[in-house]
Amino acid sequence: MKILITNGRVLDPAHGIDGNFDVLIENDRISKIAAGIEANDAERIDAKGCLVVPGLIDIHVHLRDPGFEYKEDIESGTRAAAAGGFTAVACMPNTSPVNDNKVTTQYIKQKAAEVGHTKVYPVGAITKGLKGESLAEMGDMKCAGCVAATDDGHPVANGEIMRRALEYAKSFDLPLISHAEDLSLVGDGVMNDGFVATELGLRGIPWVAEVAAVARDVMLAEYTGARLHVAHVSTRGAVEFIRAAKARGVRVTAETAPHYFTLTEDAVRGYNTQAKMNPPLRTSDDLAAIRDGLADGTLSVIATDHAPHHPDEKNVEFNLAYNGIIGLETALPLTLRLVEEGVMPLSDAIACLTIGPARALSLPGGTLEVGRPADVTIIDPEAKWTMDPEAGQSRSKNTPFEGWKLKGLAAFTIVDGRITHRRS
Amino acid sequence: MAFNHKHILGIEQLSAEDITLILDTAESFKEISLRPIKKVPTLRGKTVINVFFEASTRTRTSFEIAGKRLSADTVNISASTSAVVKGETLEDTARNLEAMKPDIIVMRHSCSGAPHYLAERCDFSVINAGDGAHEHPSQALLDLLTMRQAKGRIDGLIVAIIGDITHSRVARSNVYALVKLGAEVRLCGPGTMLPPGIERLGAKVFNSVDDAVTGADVVMTLRIQQERQGKTMLPSLREYAMFYGINPERLKLAKPDAIVMHPGPMNRGVEISSVVADGPQNVILDQVENGVAVRMALLYLVSGGDKLDQSAQ
Repeated sequence: MKILITNGRVLDPAHGIDGNFDVLIENDRISKIAAGIEANDAERIDAKGCLVVPGLIDIHVHLRDPGFEYKEDIESGTRAAAAGGFTAVACMPNTSPVNDNKVTTQYIKQKAAEVGHTKVYPVGAITKGLKGESLAEMGDMKCAGCVAATDDGHPVANGEIMRRALEYAKSFDLPLISHAEDLSLVGDGVMNDGFVATELGLRGIPWVAEVAAVARDVMLAEYTGARLHVAHVSTRGAVEFIRAAKARGVRVTAETAPHYFTLTEDAVRGYNTQAKMNPPLRTSDDLAAIRDGLADGTLSVIATDHAPHHPDEKNVEFNLAYNGIIGLETALPLTLRLVEEGVMPLSDAIACLTIGPARALSLPGGTLEVGRPADVTIIDPEAKWTMDPEAGQSRSKNTPFEGWKLKGLAAFTIVDGRITHRRS
Repeated sequence: MAFNHKHILGIEQLSAEDITLILDTAESFKEISLRPIKKVPTLRGKTVINVFFEASTRTRTSFEIAGKRLSADTVNISASTSAVVKGETLEDTARNLEAMKPDIIVMRHSCSGAPHYLAERCDFSVINAGDGAHEHPSQALLDLLTMRQAKGRIDGLIVAIIGDITHSRVARSNVYALVKLGAEVRLCGPGTMLPPGIERLGAKVFNSVDDAVTGADVVMTLRIQQERQGKTMLPSLREYAMFYGINPERLKLAKPDAIVMHPGPMNRGVEISSVVADGPQNVILDQVENGVAVRMALLYLVSGGDKLDQSAQ
């Protein structure tokens, strides 16, 4: 089985490659990257006008499997991921049962191997049951395939537990992912605290709830020397704190999500539950700081926080609606918008979806290398389309981007030399 | 002018002309309540359902009486929000009510935006009788009617609103209405009770209650909700009364002919002393009386009553 990708612009930020080359894939590996490759027996993909990049990696996805298959499962979630150009996803442990043990990790790995359309890297829990009380068996889970640990959605409130978790995970070189929120400051807030919340009469979540938690966890990482990855950064304060920590050598990486560099709290107006998420959409000042953080590498990862919910969980009063939106099929065009708007060059934007996330969690991939597994995404950056959740691959339809005119999509997604998505 | 609103979701959506029309209409309805036979046939054959997901005595009774005095068929439904959380969704409740062909739903709900949710999904008119900490339009309108009666105008009045602005839908609706009609609105409360950016709605925020009250034409004090202050908003009711309560000494800082208002129910000795609550400057029961007239006006205008009259002529 051979695939020859011709006429494309090959872009591999990790190696500083940006030029017109052909890429030859033999079996599951990249076998050659060069101009004018001849391979008469290969399936040819004409990538004229397209970008040929390392397979995109999303390290923050809720596949909802096991336990919440009515929202998403490993098959539908990875199908949506492939359609969005992703060749690998890392899935969060807040399933039912919680992925806080080897058996659940094995289930996810096995089901992904059977029905998945991308590689799936499970992320285990830091504490048993995400309760924040006692450490989960992170070593055993790592052996079973977990690439990191987090209590995503349920921040570890107790500083002592977070300290010990970092110390323990360090022994296994397992990065911890911090869902950074001080829950006592979140209170019963349902959107960003500020003028819009005042106008709408909704309880606010102040930015300091995120920044205070980021500060604690980053300083604990500094104290313990352990690796920390900060999830879904939404505030100026968090960007600035992480920037300063990186400058003094703390082992911290951080991600943001497309909605935080695209939308502000104004999207909540009209009590739009599709704009309800955690952390909440913030102000235009925060959005500008997030973009600066992406531009200067403080935020080296764009991850979707793909959070599928059933319509019944969104079609309710704002206070009662669940947090989160789907994001796998909109991340790429929203990231390309940053390039168009001059926030960052194309190679840096692609890095945030490839080598950035790969390095943050020490995942294979994120680059195009001869002899390595052929995880490749072919992007048509000029294709225009209108976002229609009903046409998407995710089982859930909860998105604030319905009806948006977007530009750029995945023409082909290739995982281990196998085409898992072709533009229809 | 004609009234072109199918719903009354908040004061925010109303123009100054709309508000004046509502107040003028209410004024004309006031005498109906003074007749021996307190009923006119204006809304005969119309069905009004009062759906209250939050406890209320004053507002619900006021809306019910308003509907009855206009000969509408009024039905009251009480439901606790917790029952809704466990059982039927608001959309299902709305669809069931809609199937019974009401003309107007008057709704109170603890979730901000719930009336907007209903209005987006159903055919009937929706009147917001208070949603979360968002708006309480009929209260603001009856407050303005009371001020206009006492002072002859709204434009140029200095209105001091004292209390828990953060959690107050009454305050928000009053700010919108008073600013639209040209009053100066002063807001004052402890820092825990002043929501961020409220001054952007056109009000002035005061740290000192004495400064806020000085020279005011209207002193409106809001109910301290004891269930909320128990947490972290206030150290004690005693301290609140000391620093923010309206007592005779503080009231002396206002204009000599200032009026004192309270949306009720009052905590005597907390946000308002009994001497002030029962004193000559209080118009608290006028507010309640005007509430019926304002709600009659809202039911009438939302039903297109003004247009019916014009077509009859």
